[in-house]
Amino acid sequence: MELLARAAREGRTLEIAELLEAVPYCAWLGLKGRVDGDSVVLEMPFEQKLIGNPILPAIHGGVIGSLLETAAIVQTIWTTKATRFPKPVDITIDYLRSGRAVTSYAGARLARQGRRVVSVHAQMWQDDENKPIAALRGHFLLAE
Amino acid sequence: MSEIDPEALQRMMMAQGGAPFFQAVGGQIVESEPGRSLMRLPYSPFIVGNPDTGVVHGGVITGMLDHACGMAVGSQLGALSATPGAMRSIATLDLRIDYMKAAKPDADIFIVGECVKVTRQIVFARGRAYQDEDDTVATATAAFIITDMKS
Repeated sequence: MELLARAAREGRTLEIAELLEAVPYCAWLGLKGRVDGDSVVLEMPFEQKLIGNPILPAIHGGVIGSLLETAAIVQTIWTTKATRFPKPVDITIDYLRSGRAVTSYAGARLARQGRRVVSVHAQMWQDDENKPIAALRGHFLLAE
Repeated sequence: MSEIDPEALQRMMMAQGGAPFFQAVGGQIVESEPGRSLMRLPYSPFIVGNPDTGVVHGGVITGMLDHACGMAVGSQLGALSATPGAMRSIATLDLRIDYMKAAKPDADIFIVGECVKVTRQIVFARGRAYQDEDDTVATATAAFIITDMKS
């Protein structure tokens, strides 16, 4: 049942799609991913259930946090070839623009990779990558 | 702080409780009073973030903390008393989450939001998630901006 460890034993890296499908909450959010060089880009198609404020309408702040945190975790697994899921220690989310009812994207980079902990920066955008709607900084523990 | 009429609070509970994401993840409002909210998130398999351990995804906890803080702030402001659409009047500026302990699978998570300080433009809030009252799963520190100032 240990997804990442099993893939490592089989001498392969898990495909991003395989990883996202194996994590129930990521599957529920409808996340898709692609790899661009060394970077993973996640895609979250809009769905009604993602809404926090029906009047605007705007995507829930918790969904924004979820996508950013997932981008950080998936990038960490991808870069470090982790055999266990990194554990979030703390995250800070800046909400920059309202999340509209359209497809969202997120990507992350490891600002620092230590032996035990990584420091990750993630961004989320919709139509224009240069106009992020939210950003995250966070620390994640790598399992030894 | 200004008084909030019970009907306005009721409307706000409906609005916050009725937010599609909150409902979809299975969130429930347990209590609400001006400046404070208590919510419950029952465990379900689809909110799991680590398939190896069954631990709930951090993003779900972040979402509940954001929601609880937002509700505490909204009720404190009494913003909803004028129009049912007044939830528009606050927006989260930032949210800091400390994940102190992985949530146990198969158990409810409780989330408390508290409004700490209201200023003319900014409102500060704190949140806490726990399963056992004295064993914190996560804490939140949030700042909201009031976007619909009445002069």
